Amino acid sequence: MTGLAMPKPDAATLARRAEIVADMKIIVPGEGVVDAVNGMRAFESDGLTAYRQLPLVVVLPETTAQVARILKYCNDRNIRVVPRGSGTSLSGGALPLEDAVLLVMSRFNRILDIDYANRSVTAQPGVTNLGITHAVEQEGFYYAPDPSSQIACSIGGNVAENSGGVHCLKYGLTANNVLGIEMVLMDGQVLRLGGKHLDSEGYDLLGVMTGSEGLLGVVTEVTVRILKRPEAARALLIGFPSSEEAGQCVADIIGACIIPGGMEMMDGPAIRAAEDFVHAGYPLDVEALLIVELDGPGPEIDHLIGQVEAIAARNGSTACRISTSEEERLIFWAGRKAAFPAVGRISPDYYCMDGTIPRKELPRVLAGMREMSQRYGLGVANVFHAGDGNLHPLILYDANRPGELEKAEAFGSDILRLCVEVGGVLTGEHGVGVEKRDLMGTMFTEDDLDHQMRVKCAFDPNHLLNPGKVFPQLRRCAEMGRMHVHKGQMPFPDIPRF
Amino acid sequence: MTTFTPTTSAEVLEAVRWAAGEGEPVEIVGHGSKRGIGRPLQTEHAVDCSGLSGVTLYEPEELVLSARAGTPVAEIEKLLSERHQEFAFEPMDYGPLLGGEAGRGTIGGLLSANLAGPRRLKAGAARDHILGIHAVSGRGEAFKSGGRVVKNVTGYDLSKVMAGAWGTLAVLTDVTFKVLPRSETETTLALRGLTEEQAVAAMAAAMGSSAEVSAAAHLPETVTGKVLDGALSSRASTLLRVEGFGPSVTYRTEMLKHLFSMLEIDAIDETPSRTLWRQVRDVTPFADGTARPVWRVSMAPSDGHRMVMALRMQVAVDAFYDWQGGLVWLRMEGECEAATLRALVKRHGGGHATLVRASFSERVAVPVFEPQPAALAALAARLKTEFDPKAILNPGRMAAAHAVAGADRHATGG
Ligand SMILES: Cc1cc2nc3c(=O)[nH]c(=O)nc-3n(C[C@H](O)[C@H](O)[C@H](O)COP(=O)(O)OP(=O)(O)OC[C@H]3O[C@@H](n4cnc5c(N)ncnc54)[C@H](O)[C@@H]3O)c2cc1C
Repeated sequence: MTGLAMPKPDAATLARRAEIVADMKIIVPGEGVVDAVNGMRAFESDGLTAYRQLPLVVVLPETTAQVARILKYCNDRNIRVVPRGSGTSLSGGALPLEDAVLLVMSRFNRILDIDYANRSVTAQPGVTNLGITHAVEQEGFYYAPDPSSQIACSIGGNVAENSGGVHCLKYGLTANNVLGIEMVLMDGQVLRLGGKHLDSEGYDLLGVMTGSEGLLGVVTEVTVRILKRPEAARALLIGFPSSEEAGQCVADIIGACIIPGGMEMMDGPAIRAAEDFVHAGYPLDVEALLIVELDGPGPEIDHLIGQVEAIAARNGSTACRISTSEEERLIFWAGRKAAFPAVGRISPDYYCMDGTIPRKELPRVLAGMREMSQRYGLGVANVFHAGDGNLHPLILYDANRPGELEKAEAFGSDILRLCVEVGGVLTGEHGVGVEKRDLMGTMFTEDDLDHQMRVKCAFDPNHLLNPGKVFPQLRRCAEMGRMHVHKGQMPFPDIPRF
Repeated sequence: MTTFTPTTSAEVLEAVRWAAGEGEPVEIVGHGSKRGIGRPLQTEHAVDCSGLSGVTLYEPEELVLSARAGTPVAEIEKLLSERHQEFAFEPMDYGPLLGGEAGRGTIGGLLSANLAGPRRLKAGAARDHILGIHAVSGRGEAFKSGGRVVKNVTGYDLSKVMAGAWGTLAVLTDVTFKVLPRSETETTLALRGLTEEQAVAAMAAAMGSSAEVSAAAHLPETVTGKVLDGALSSRASTLLRVEGFGPSVTYRTEMLKHLFSMLEIDAIDETPSRTLWRQVRDVTPFADGTARPVWRVSMAPSDGHRMVMALRMQVAVDAFYDWQGGLVWLRMEGECEAATLRALVKRHGGGHATLVRASFSERVAVPVFEPQPAALAALAARLKTEFDPKAILNPGRMAAAHAVAGADRHATGG
């Protein structure tokens, strides 16, 4: 992956840079165009900082009309475009290209409509995830999907990545909470998908836009569902001697028809790093820690909390604390929420992976990781969205030591291959981007990928929007359009027909 | 007329390859329970998927179930209920409304029609619960998308594209769904005698409370007698359902009673409540054995009744509301009045109207699915062409233009 091959920069575009910059300044007057190297540095990478590239020019439009003009201009002149929200992607989805306009959506920062009767908020795509909740919390409402990056990441980026969070087991991912979008196609056409009503009159294009990583269109407006805050929430902090027991506890909770608001697991190294950092009072003599949060009306929580405690005990828990106040609940979470920076303290660098597995395969996958950890000579700490099987192994390495980054990446790829092998997938919520692009073949056949690419061809036939991301190889749409079927005999002539 | 009856995905692939090779359109059918929906097809041949049957994986602790596309929904629901689980999106049964039997329909059809029910508001539709698919596109190529885990953003979500595509892009061969625990119990409160405007306000207040209402419907006077064998008499009923664990349901029901303390309220217990919501879900009030046109209209919850009010000034129509007022079921007493209705939907905030029951001739003459703005319709047609370049899969069922999209391209040599 370190030797990542990106689409070859288009020499004609590079040669016309001055003219393109000048034209962008006409479309987006004022401060909306950044073309000095110093200014562009701030945009040279996203949350996957191992990759850096200066773009051709950075453009920060403010209106849908400007976005439409920019895209049409670029489409007509065969210029590539990379959309960017807040740049927190962990998979390099917003990584610039040398010959591409970087279209930064951060000035689209207004809430357009708050509608409590229909429980919806319409926002511009640059509004942060948390900004939506802030806009409605005085009325007791919130926006449910809560990626840990929620203070920074944009709602447009959330749509592009179909982001999750610790509460998505019960409340769903971005895809389940978005009602509608306005978007611009690469040819400049503005479309509306969905709205305050439910479902589509035709194909579910909103569904395919969600999680399309900026390859199909630029999102210029988002309408989301908001929910009333649950009356209360309490958390249990449960320690186990091994991840097997913790995993079985998770299965038994769900088997008892209980769907907690959140259910997170940490392994020994992650527990110790977090405890050292935030002193949340995590037990240090356990190898797996579960945080189970129950939310809803008080009597429901009271009814379930004892059941969860009993299930934990039956599975051999060696420590169990139940939060008795809001402060205590937040302390339980503090360690988990700080897990990434905590690991950052014990290692010069870490590399965050994001595979999902069927939960029952957890012991096998953790054992596999321990073996790899020895083989590569690199440490690994695990935090895990236990309810839905989404793993975040953090591989510890030191980028200053020659070869370690490459080793960490190879380790990461091995983990993801193992996830696929046990019936899981390469990425649960961080996206493919450039990071997992070249692993797509471990999960998909060529026909599988071609059908995905056909969606791309319907939206952006010239591959100008965010090329080099998601797909290991770009095939020309016209070529893929050819069909390889031949006139043939009637199949299975011996089956009954009428 | 040839009907292929594949029992394996390899046989589906064979059949579609043959059709693609010959350029022969085929109808894709499961049990045929929803055959009456959509523009009538004029295909010589059919691929009957009902032989492609069987649950292939069910792991209750993992909340996942896979089945071959022709598996009867009824069989799956029975299996799930044995483990106290269900499809949380409460898929409706179109059978009785369309003059057929109840309890028919395959899982592939369920996804292709993107079925949902009263819990749509809280739990989503089939699109929100599909995890993965295997299918054969009109190109005669087998492909898969998604997987068997809940959290997955690896590549485009083609499973969602299949939801509501009515078999026009690909033939599904296998599907994997998320399943969830079924609630321990439920209670429904019926607020009595509200006008539609009051009912919509009450439903919004209930949905915006922390009582976690899982369904909100309004049955006006003309409709309320047609459920629960008339037990709700002839006063309008605004129905609010609370589901969950016993103590929680009791508590939240009290919360709602308090919220609406100035209104007349009847409580409906678990057993009749389950029946009631099945009847709302399956549009029992309009399952009258006639072919009078029935529309399914999706709008913002607070807009639906305004549109209906305006419509009533122009045509004779009976209506009731689900989804907090956002799903309007309309039965027309005469013609289907598509243009009038769609103009009013647009004027009152937008949404879409699908003509789910109509005579053959009306389905030929009137776009059954809401026509899309030009740019969007063109994009949908391009998608159809990418997946089905020769327009052999249910051509024209969703949009007349799709029937010729492929032919066009063919003519220009693409
Ligand atoms: C500390 C940290 C914690 C995180 N925790 C989580 C987590 O818990 N769950 C989770 O799911 N993710 C998490 N992430 C990942 C990341 O925050 C999300 O993917 C987020 O949705 C990205 O939003 P963004 O605005 O930063 O998008 P960017 O990084 O700017 O872009 C991401 C992708 O979206 C595209 N894009 C952005 N805006 C638009 C638009 N308007 N139209 C079209 N395409 C667009 C870009 O081209 C790119 O492909 C975390 C990241 C960090 C750094």
